[in-house]
Amino acid sequence: MTVLSPRTLAEACSAAASNPNADLLAGGTDLMVEVNSGHRRPTDVISLGAIAELREWSIGEDRITIGAGVTFAKIASGELATAAPALAMAARTVGSPQIRNAATLGGNLGTGSPAGDSLPVLAALNASVVLTSVHGQREIPLSEFCVGPKRTDRQPGELITAVRIDRLNGPQEFCKLGTRQAMVISVVSVAVVADTSSTSVRVGLGAVGPVPLRAPEAEAFAAEAINWSGQTSVDTETCRRFAELVRDAARPIDDHRSTAEYRRHATGVLAARALRRIFP
Amino acid sequence: MSDLVSYRLNVNGQDRTVADGRLGESLLYVLRERLGLAGAKNACEQGECGSCSVMVDDELVCSCLVLAASAEGRDIRTIESLAPEGELSYVQQAFVDAGAVQCGFCTPGLIVSVHDLLERQPDATDIEVREALSGNLCRCTGYGRILEAVRIAAAERLADGSESRA
Amino acid sequence: MSSPTITRTGSSHRIGESAPRPDGIPKARGEFAFSSDLWAERMLWGATLRSPHPSARILSIDISAALAMPGVATVLTAEDVPGLSSFGLEHADQPVLASDVVRYQGEAIALVAADHPDTARKAVAAIRVEYETMAPLSDPRIALDATPIHPEGNLVRHLVIRHGDLDVEGEVQVEGSYEIGMQDQAFLGPESGMAIPTEDGGVELMISTQWLHVDRDQVAACLDLPVDKVHLTLAGVGGAFGAREDVSMQVHLCMLALRTGRPVKMVYSREESFFGHVHRHPAQLWYRHHADRNGRIVKVECRLLFDGGAYRSSSAAVIANAACFSMGPYLVPNAHVDATVVRTNNPTCGAMRGFGAVQTCFAHEAQMDKLADALGMDRIELRLLNALEPGHELITGQVITGTAPVAEVIRTLAAHPLPPAPDSITDSRLLPGGTGRTTDYSDVKRGIGFAVGFKNLCFSEGFDDFSTARVRVDGGIATVKCACAEVGQGFVTLAQQITTEILGVERVDLAPADTSIGSAGSTSASRQTWMSGGAVHAAATAVRDTLIARVARDEGVDITVLELVDGVVRSLDGTINISIVELTTAEPVEEEIEFHHAPTDELDENGQGNAHVSFAFSAHRAVTDVDPELGLVRLVDIATSQEVGRVLNPLQLTGQLEGGTAQGIGLALMEEIIVDESRVRNPSFTDYLIPTMLDLPDLQIAAIIEEPEPGAPFGAKGVGEAPTISSTPAVVAALRNATGLALTRVPVRPEHIALSADHLDD
Repeated sequence: MTVLSPRTLAEACSAAASNPNADLLAGGTDLMVEVNSGHRRPTDVISLGAIAELREWSIGEDRITIGAGVTFAKIASGELATAAPALAMAARTVGSPQIRNAATLGGNLGTGSPAGDSLPVLAALNASVVLTSVHGQREIPLSEFCVGPKRTDRQPGELITAVRIDRLNGPQEFCKLGTRQAMVISVVSVAVVADTSSTSVRVGLGAVGPVPLRAPEAEAFAAEAINWSGQTSVDTETCRRFAELVRDAARPIDDHRSTAEYRRHATGVLAARALRRIFP
Repeated sequence: MSDLVSYRLNVNGQDRTVADGRLGESLLYVLRERLGLAGAKNACEQGECGSCSVMVDDELVCSCLVLAASAEGRDIRTIESLAPEGELSYVQQAFVDAGAVQCGFCTPGLIVSVHDLLERQPDATDIEVREALSGNLCRCTGYGRILEAVRIAAAERLADGSESRA
Repeated sequence: MSSPTITRTGSSHRIGESAPRPDGIPKARGEFAFSSDLWAERMLWGATLRSPHPSARILSIDISAALAMPGVATVLTAEDVPGLSSFGLEHADQPVLASDVVRYQGEAIALVAADHPDTARKAVAAIRVEYETMAPLSDPRIALDATPIHPEGNLVRHLVIRHGDLDVEGEVQVEGSYEIGMQDQAFLGPESGMAIPTEDGGVELMISTQWLHVDRDQVAACLDLPVDKVHLTLAGVGGAFGAREDVSMQVHLCMLALRTGRPVKMVYSREESFFGHVHRHPAQLWYRHHADRNGRIVKVECRLLFDGGAYRSSSAAVIANAACFSMGPYLVPNAHVDATVVRTNNPTCGAMRGFGAVQTCFAHEAQMDKLADALGMDRIELRLLNALEPGHELITGQVITGTAPVAEVIRTLAAHPLPPAPDSITDSRLLPGGTGRTTDYSDVKRGIGFAVGFKNLCFSEGFDDFSTARVRVDGGIATVKCACAEVGQGFVTLAQQITTEILGVERVDLAPADTSIGSAGSTSASRQTWMSGGAVHAAATAVRDTLIARVARDEGVDITVLELVDGVVRSLDGTINISIVELTTAEPVEEEIEFHHAPTDELDENGQGNAHVSFAFSAHRAVTDVDPELGLVRLVDIATSQEVGRVLNPLQLTGQLEGGTAQGIGLALMEEIIVDESRVRNPSFTDYLIPTMLDLPDLQIAAIIEEPEPGAPFGAKGVGEAPTISSTPAVVAALRNATGLALTRVPVRPEHIALSADHLDD
């Protein structure tokens, strides 16, 4: 029974290599729920909170690198919010202020819940996940990282160390629907981001599939429909068609939080609104 | 291999030893059941109610979601640290005066959250207060007197800004 | 050991002032001892094995593996129950521990005491139970035709009210069916307590409850102990709202303590709490209102079906309340109510704030709006036209002899200014969807809704309702002893105010609430201000009379020339002035009174009788912004008028109105225990949502109407429940107003608005 608190990434990788079945503890906001309920009894824990490298970020010309240990409170404001506004909008909806102070981007990925609030934005921003172990580092697209509900491609001994996302020129929007004004699990969430440089629109969907989804047909349609050089306002018909195509990309289920039918409907409505907001 | 872990925690400025704890124990459990600090409350133990709010390294967090054994070396502050024996902090006083306390189970967590809020944002508007406290559930009050207590405490803090605070 | 006592020095606030709570300071400091904060040397932790199945036969229970685990002190099953094998609030029909059959998901089967909560939990998991599962009876509509799931059958109570001429027909008729989901009280402090064996072979139980004595009687019967060997003390209670009226862990804790000879503590997790207490009854209601062309109600017919779940709890009383108040606060000369509560394998339902009147108010207020629309009348005017008044007869034949300012409640609220409709709102927190940024102001429609409700105060139907209080004054310091459960409502404050008002003492201490004095009855039914307040009032008055008699005797004057004013017994001519401090230093005075309210009658076979002692009336007006396309709602404004008899403590009154209203709003918009094939799908605060601070606007109090109620101490009515009753229908009426949809079910879920085709004008 141990709690290891490595202070460097190298130490952490060694610890993970020698305890491949250890529970990795970041913000604790998912792991401790399982522990408190008795569903998980950790024997070895590697606490990642003391590793300064994981709490750093850098904003490059084309890509933003965010350390896995950066909390949602940090993402929700400041320069990260300016560089990735949709991610900041999503970060603001993660749990409560208490949760946002503790919960990390890496943790959200590690849990890999379909309702994870950051995931649809990461999908829209072409995120890649950096995994590090004693054997080195690999960087894989989010679509390869998320393999199913709460299932990821992280291998024993590997740590999620960073996330890289596109830095775009253009407006971004994120909408999350739940049945309370705050502190609510997502019923549907939709991210729509535009890039004027590449004249592209990208869509990420949360809680309407086993993994975060994109809407390629809707994205292609919007890229085509938008007059990138001149007046960027979108008309009602474009929004309607875009909504339809996004809705078709959703693969929702019925559960105690909502119905598949409503989720599909709301996906389209939110997509249209997001598009309307970014091209008013 | 022992099933138990021993470690030290810095709680309210004091070095406390936790001897023979279980690895999975939350900071909330250890505060309440091992260190005799029962002010933080156990209402949901999944971070959905804020009743167990404490400060760890100057961040407001749910102590139920902190693995106690991982909090070694961190500065932990609880409701018990807000005012000396027999006294009330200005936020505690405002809660009493405003009628923000009914059953009182959410009260310590809320008071810790309000201290944190007013330290960071002394001039928070009503809607900002509501968002900042949306992680603290109360079932008795409907929050009306709680918001009033925050207004009173904020005014008191601004009027009395030069003095050091409990 | 930390002590659960609440003994505080009171300040000298009188009736009508906003006296501070005596427990406010320790609660704000985090020092107040709640039942989950109890601790004792050599303490063990208790845990409960619960059925994962809603309906199953138990074929075998094997505790050997659990018992063999290190750290486990004992494992108990039904065989170990020393006395009566069942318990129940009104009737013992629920096994202390299930032995042959389980009738709901979460029913208790076995108990563990161990050295650590996680050891206890592991031991619970190690108990092997072999079940033969059965198809649960999940639909209350077929319960009466289904195979009985309990030896006492599936009918809990069928009640019919026949009043007036049932053949009369109205020129205008409106009909509707309504449904209410299962609401949870969701108090913040989960069930918890500690039992300690005593040297005389009995047990001391410190517990959070609403009614110590009814717990004690059930515990004693199940333990086969005389009641004087079972001593209960109220431990700090983290909210109640009805959920602590039934026994949860009380018998279990005492069994574990007696078996192990050690203190045993138990704390339910939030998930276990959802299975550990009763909920508000889900209900299906059908109504037909008849009116004449002028809008006078001539008859109402309704059928009420309540799902009581697996055991009786207080279902029989809940359905009576639902039936008695099914018309709303209107004069209905002819009525036919057919009310049934049945047993199913769903979670057991019982008391929750509003107690039956919440369900029917949702329906009768929807009907009143429908009727107004059918008549082409203003909705407020229709309500005013039919409003109950003193002297009116209820459908139970009871004539209202107390206060009933229904019209004033309605008028004052209707006159309250509406919030402005702004040209734009850009802050997402002020729009439906909140921080999720789902909605722009252009997506929003605003609606306004109005509702009125009423309910009885105190226990009804012939129940001998009483409370006991003792007041002792020693050296000028008063001590009040009463077993009234302080659950957050503020009785402790009122007890001090009442004592100060009568005796003029400067200090009033409160002795612990326990079973060493007679019963105070339950902290429910909006009754403690009246009943325990009345008992304290009577005991303090008796102390005053004793002091005056003593001075009269000593001074050789007649008692009629003496009065007690501001803590001094003095004669009208001013020659005698003796302070209560001096009088009681020489010889302390103590008086104990059992206070009863006026007797009530049972309902006869036609549901007729003077079954209730008093009534409280309230109204709410809600303004909602609705996003019809997504079905999301933001409550913009909520206003209320309530009649209260007399205000005893304005601050506490405000707190009751705000808190009660919030629970009604929760039922309207989000709160439901989702039960699927008798299984609970959302036993957590992640999925059972209650309003956050961002969901509730400031409550606007349009009017507090004070008309002293005859027979009530100080003329004051209980105020706790009425706000929960009329708030729900007001919010939903606003949603109907905004959307044009029928919205016949609460809570209203987004899909009910966004995907509905059920328009009001269809």
